[in-house]
Amino acid sequence: MSGTLSEKVWDAHVVRRAEGEPDLLYIDLHLVHEVTSPQAFEGLRLAGRPVRRPDLTLATEDHNVPTTAGPITDPVSKIQVETLRRNCEEFGVRLYPMGDLEQGIVHVVGPQLGLTQPGMTVVCGDSHTSTHGAFGALAFGIGTSEVEHVLATQTLPLKPFKTMAINVRGSLAEGVTAKDVILAVIAKIGTGGGQGYVLEYRGEAIEALSMEARMTVCNMSIEAGARAGMIAPDETTFAYLKGRPHAPTGADWDAAVDYWRSLRTDDDAVFDAEVEIDASALTPFVTWGTNPGQGLPLSESVPDPESFADESDRLAAANALAYMGLEPGTPLREVRVDTVFLGSCTNGRIEDLRAAAAVVKGRHVADGVRMLVVPGSAKVRQQAEAEGLDRVFTEAGADWRLPGCSMCLGMNPDTLAPGERSASTSNRNFEGRQGKGGRTHLVSPLVAAATAVRGTLSSPADLPADVLQEA
Amino acid sequence: MDKFETHTGVGVPLRRSNVDTDQIIPAVYLKRVARTGFEDGLFASWRKDQAFVLNNPVYAAGSVLVAGPDFGTGSSREHAVWALMDYGFRVVISSRFADIFRGNSGKGGLLAAVVSQDNVELLWKYLENHPGAEITVDLVSRTVTAGEIVAPFEIDDYTRWRLLEGLDDIGLTLRHEDEVSRFEQGRPSWKPVTTPA
Repeated sequence: MSGTLSEKVWDAHVVRRAEGEPDLLYIDLHLVHEVTSPQAFEGLRLAGRPVRRPDLTLATEDHNVPTTAGPITDPVSKIQVETLRRNCEEFGVRLYPMGDLEQGIVHVVGPQLGLTQPGMTVVCGDSHTSTHGAFGALAFGIGTSEVEHVLATQTLPLKPFKTMAINVRGSLAEGVTAKDVILAVIAKIGTGGGQGYVLEYRGEAIEALSMEARMTVCNMSIEAGARAGMIAPDETTFAYLKGRPHAPTGADWDAAVDYWRSLRTDDDAVFDAEVEIDASALTPFVTWGTNPGQGLPLSESVPDPESFADESDRLAAANALAYMGLEPGTPLREVRVDTVFLGSCTNGRIEDLRAAAAVVKGRHVADGVRMLVVPGSAKVRQQAEAEGLDRVFTEAGADWRLPGCSMCLGMNPDTLAPGERSASTSNRNFEGRQGKGGRTHLVSPLVAAATAVRGTLSSPADLPADVLQEA
Repeated sequence: MDKFETHTGVGVPLRRSNVDTDQIIPAVYLKRVARTGFEDGLFASWRKDQAFVLNNPVYAAGSVLVAGPDFGTGSSREHAVWALMDYGFRVVISSRFADIFRGNSGKGGLLAAVVSQDNVELLWKYLENHPGAEITVDLVSRTVTAGEIVAPFEIDDYTRWRLLEGLDDIGLTLRHEDEVSRFEQGRPSWKPVTTPA
């Protein structure tokens, strides 16, 4: 029987299927962090239940950790991290704590270890688990009750997701990145457009992306309301995985690759919905509002709420502009920022840092602008330093930090002050997300870097070319 | 989990779409390790505004929230459900819920009732014209009643059954533990484990 990629992965993990019940789905990898797990471990303790498969479970510290040297000073954050350490020890779960060479944001750590592989089911108490779908894994965020369920049973009762193809045809122009693709997708289908669906990103523009860029695309599937995002595994995927610490070796590798090659949507399979995106028409994209669907090409202006046909959209736009302190008609390129944040599970990988470093090299961060550069993991930081990227950033006046979720969300010391405005490579521009009263514009690493230099929302094409020649 | 059959309580009109979980409870409240006591974080930022609906004393005992479409988008934080329940809400009504939020609601015993946007508009108008009025939400008949308004709501059969019976998901799954063990025996040997490579 023909099927889509996500249906094939789903069917391979059904433990039990019965009329009138959700499917019971086996989980291959359960990633854990300090924020959404304490109440789950407490539930196990109260019920006297063990963790069924500690060997399929991995924990890291990321949301609360400060990105400057030294211990956690916030006592509440400290207790949460210490609670995770205690829980992992008690239940035998492997943990990469702060300071460990494998520590980092959970969605950066899994792939770099080779733990995320095609055809797997991956869950984490974090909505950006969709990131792992870049490998052709079915990966999705879950709540704390479900975290407890997976810890206790290594399964989840779930109803099959609907399927949506996102066909990104043609090729991307120079300076247009994976982040611009996904922001454009979200603006097109809306923050609820993917509700109930697994999005499968397809087409030449997707096939041409690196693994890290594919992770950026899949990461923000949740911002379109989707349960998960997936990309069929191919030679790019296999080349990325080969030789990683947890990737199969020898005959196992051959057997795995044989299976992975079967993980493609059949030609005659039918999606529940399809969306077409013309890659060649895309340009650098930024958000102007307070949900990730409120975005436009950088070349456009802040929209007039009155221009929205739908009443609910009109009201949302008016609320957003009031919160963001923006006037309709202002060219987005003239919006001045205070802070630039480069990092997060969306754009905190080595290729993101390389792309931004190439823009700021030989240039300087604009007066009055602070730029935080936060590698997604300790390994990414180590690699960047080996390539000299840290010096490029610090010589440009940026702040080179330790790995963590950092300014993506206001749970650690890296926050925006009320009224402060950021260009951020993270994934959410919700009110107060980066700190109470903070105003967020979501951008790609290239736009973040150019914005840091010009001080207003910009792409590298807006920068004078002379420095580029020198670099 | 307590059984849920019917609930009658003060309806609170929240005329906003895309109420994301960062608005329901900001990240700063997520540092706690306890399971209760999240009511102070509920809509923390909006509650600083005196005009916000929950600051109107007439809604102090509110337990049925009537919100715009795409309620609960964003982060997977179950704290959003806990905050609503700790505050006293038992039901949220919206024309569309984010998937993870809806799932979390079912686990925690909060009823996420999907009502058409036309009926949400009627409920808003009714509640605004009768501040402090009660709404009855009947899970058995899947209807919402407020004054003259009787609106059907949708909820999937399985979640409805679990709520009606007050059943714990993990206990239900553990009944099938032998099937899980059988499945595990058939997994390919090359699937990765997290223990040292």
